[in-house]
Amino acid sequence: MLLVILFLFLGILIGSLLKSKETVINMTDKLIEWFIYIFLFFLGISVGANEEIAMNFLKLGIQALILTAGAIIGSVLASYFVYKKFFKA
Amino acid sequence: MKKSIIMLIFFLIGIIFGMKSLLGKFIGKVDISLYALYVLLFLVGIGIGGDNRIWKIVKNVNIKIFLVPLSVIIGTLLFVGPLSFFIPGISLRDSLAIVSGFGYYSLSSVLITQLRNETLGVIALLSNITREIVTLLLTPLMVKYFGKLAPIASGGATSMDITLPIITKFTGKEYAMISVFNGIILTLIVPFLITLILR
Repeated sequence: MLLVILFLFLGILIGSLLKSKETVINMTDKLIEWFIYIFLFFLGISVGANEEIAMNFLKLGIQALILTAGAIIGSVLASYFVYKKFFKA
Repeated sequence: MKKSIIMLIFFLIGIIFGMKSLLGKFIGKVDISLYALYVLLFLVGIGIGGDNRIWKIVKNVNIKIFLVPLSVIIGTLLFVGPLSFFIPGISLRDSLAIVSGFGYYSLSSVLITQLRNETLGVIALLSNITREIVTLLLTPLMVKYFGKLAPIASGGATSMDITLPIITKFTGKEYAMISVFNGIILTLIVPFLITLILR
């Protein structure tokens, strides 16, 4: 999976070289958008065809909610600490 | 906001297709997705590398601005780590990977689906979408009780675009810059962190 990161780096490198070419960057954004639509469509298909997911959807939703709550509480508390210590004038 | 809805619609149409098992058998057999993932990350990289805003902000602001995304990462992982032991059916590692999406649900769900499986991908999708929605809804309250960095932290990677307008409205212009910075850094870190955790 290190290949994934390699591709990301390659992209960043090329992106910073193309920085002045705004049309290229805008086109990339559009491409990403469509890529993700198509990806989510395919993810939807495999989710819909997967009975295990369909049957456990509620459970998955609850797991997701607990994780979100934890993530938000944790980051808000940490940011509150940073805010009080470094930002509040 | 509009884009999020379009994404959801694509996902839902996909589910219906899958349930009716249209295309399903065909797609299950062909694994083009890994290559597609490489292309996607390459494109995401170009987007990040080509983003001018980050250099302008770094030049203009105090170094302490780095503390904001750092606190989001540390706070999220430190809190969710222990919490994961109380959630049945999901491991510590998988939990950490899911919350390392920091609200960037499209990329995190795609990555996690590829690196693990569809079930976890769906949890990642739901969890990170919720992060965005909760931030949109609770920004005023967060600012009131936990200070102006709170909604920025909660918004995570989305604080550079989707949640930026509401954050700016309740925290002011000077925090808008911090918000954009935070979002860009987290967006950049998401693919690294998820790949690292699930390696």
